[in-house]
Amino acid sequence: MVMDITFQNVAYTYQADTPFESQALHDINLTIKSHSFTAIIGHTGSGKSTLVQHLNALLKPTSGQVKIGQRVITPETSNKNLKPLRRKVGMVFQFPENQLFEETVVKDIAFGPMNFGVSAADAQQTALAMLDLVGLPQNLAQRSPFDLSGGQMRRVAIAGVLAMEPEVLILDEPTAGLDPAGRREIMGMVAKLHQQQHLTVVLITHHMEDVANYADCVVVMENGTIAKVGKPSVVFQDVAWLQKQQLGVPETTAFALRLQKHGFKFAQLPLTETELAQALLPQLPQGMVARTHDE
Amino acid sequence: MTALTKIIEVEHLNFRYPQTEGRPALSDVNLAIEQGEWVAIIGHNGSGKSTLAKAIDGLLPLDKDSGTIRVAGITLTEDHVWDIRSKIGMVFQNPDNQFVGATVEDDVAFGLENIGLPRAEMQVRVHKALDRVRMTKFAQREPARLSGGQKQRVAIAGIIALQPQIIILDESTSMLDPNGRIEVLQTVRQLKDQENLTVLSITHDIDEAASANRIIVLDDGEIKESGRPAHIFQYGERLIEMGLDVPYAQRLTAALRRQGVTVPQQYFTEKELVDWLWTLHSKM
Ligand SMILES: Nc1ncnc2c1ncn2[C@@H]1O[C@H](COP(=O)(O)OP(=O)(O)O)[C@@H](O)[C@H]1O
Ligand SMILES: Nc1ncnc2c1ncn2[C@@H]1O[C@H](COP(=O)(O)OP(=O)(O)O)[C@@H](O)[C@H]1O
Ligand SMILES: [Mg+2]
Ligand SMILES: [Mg+2]
Repeated sequence: MVMDITFQNVAYTYQADTPFESQALHDINLTIKSHSFTAIIGHTGSGKSTLVQHLNALLKPTSGQVKIGQRVITPETSNKNLKPLRRKVGMVFQFPENQLFEETVVKDIAFGPMNFGVSAADAQQTALAMLDLVGLPQNLAQRSPFDLSGGQMRRVAIAGVLAMEPEVLILDEPTAGLDPAGRREIMGMVAKLHQQQHLTVVLITHHMEDVANYADCVVVMENGTIAKVGKPSVVFQDVAWLQKQQLGVPETTAFALRLQKHGFKFAQLPLTETELAQALLPQLPQGMVARTHDE
Repeated sequence: MTALTKIIEVEHLNFRYPQTEGRPALSDVNLAIEQGEWVAIIGHNGSGKSTLAKAIDGLLPLDKDSGTIRVAGITLTEDHVWDIRSKIGMVFQNPDNQFVGATVEDDVAFGLENIGLPRAEMQVRVHKALDRVRMTKFAQREPARLSGGQKQRVAIAGIIALQPQIIILDESTSMLDPNGRIEVLQTVRQLKDQENLTVLSITHDIDEAASANRIIVLDDGEIKESGRPAHIFQYGERLIEMGLDVPYAQRLTAALRRQGVTVPQQYFTEKELVDWLWTLHSKM
């Protein structure tokens, strides 16, 4: 099913019409394509979390409209009948493990579907299937979620969102606070969900490596506006601009730039170490390179 | 003046959480940290890093068989726990649990009220601390309404304001954006240099670990290794098991090898790798 998401002139103000009002989004126009993998980057406070909370109508625009599949959300949209939308668009908040509360892993994962009216038996079955999907062993099912490692707890929380079988998966800094091993696990899992389950993925991240490795579209937020949007391979070419914004670029891109100053040539700055290694091959003496087909 | 003083000494520290089976959280940990040193503690999740930090801060119920902890020459006992805690500022990973004030400013002031600082000095310190973490603009905001990174900067301001001798960062930069992280680390470094502060940073961040004088590797409650960053970074891919990322130069050399390029089996810094590559390139 096509679930394109379109923002049209969306503005959002927190605590509107109070002395504390503050505008977090200004005139956002953006399309997130069905089945795409979109990364959202930008400084803390630039509006990333506010933006994604419009994707399942947790926040409604103060002005403008958001179209999610066939559903149109405007400032006037009533809070009723949002359940189907919330089910289609699953949201993994920051530190989702803080929202775990059931006494067993399987009950926690089953909670969402039951809340949407699925029978206990079916929800339980779905929950067990979700364990596989997020790469957790079945023998954790009856354990308390609070006895697990940080990375495992987070996967339980993500499994709870996946149990509602969403078509769009939003992840707000899903690897924040995890160690690199945990980060690899979670990102590998997200990539697999995108490729195998064909989920539309929207990922908020500060890790440019993750943007380079997984995203097909990147949105750069700045002070509540979209400063740039495009393919990572295009957006990351403008290293000077990104550095001026004090946003990082993938380590490979920065490294390639250093090599460029020493006479190496790149038709386009590479984003991953594999791309860089491939681009370096023809620029190194023949003797250094083993003919790989000999192996 | 430059005589080295051991500010933290841990001898034969053992600790098991009450009512737990299996391995203790810490086994025979020995460690000495000089005043003014910056030590990074790394290790996989559950390796005992936070437990060690809590033990040093007197937050764990230690008994006679637990070993000895001395901070600034004071041996940790029930009687001296507050003396020790006043010398240590601890910043945790999740700042939500640390907020008490109704506004950012109140929150930073809270610790100072507790030590009975005169109001005028309190205000100076609060504003200075907020300035150092770039949160002055938010002084009147409600902490709960800030985004994650902003909250952590406020928590750090709260401890900076107390001017401790030792600052323990327990994964406290892991939620910050890259700029926030750099700025906080610079702030901590500046304070460290100006006031001979000792820094213990528990981290999974390669840059934070690289900025330490020394890295200690914990594994299942034991100290596995201790050495300069360049030494520890030689572990390459295995750093992942130790809770760190692989340094970029190592990742690129691995990718070059996968493409069939012969790269010497030595440790390269990024600069050394740039030099090695362009020297080859210039011979073409
Ligand atoms: N619940 C809230 N009430 C008031 N202001 C908020 C709230 N949440 C966020 N803000 C403000 O809105 C702006 C954007 O925040 P956010 O969307 O959380 O940014 P990001 O996710 O990019 O860090 C920030 O200035 C932040 O302080
Ligand atoms: N409050 C607690 N009660 C029981 N066990 C705990 C508690 N806190 C930590 N542990 C256990 O002690 C070990 C060390 O944990 P911790 O010091 O938090 O590791 P790290 O900070 O390196 O991730 C782990 O096996 C963990 O499960
Ligand atoms: Mg956010
Ligand atoms: Mg810890």
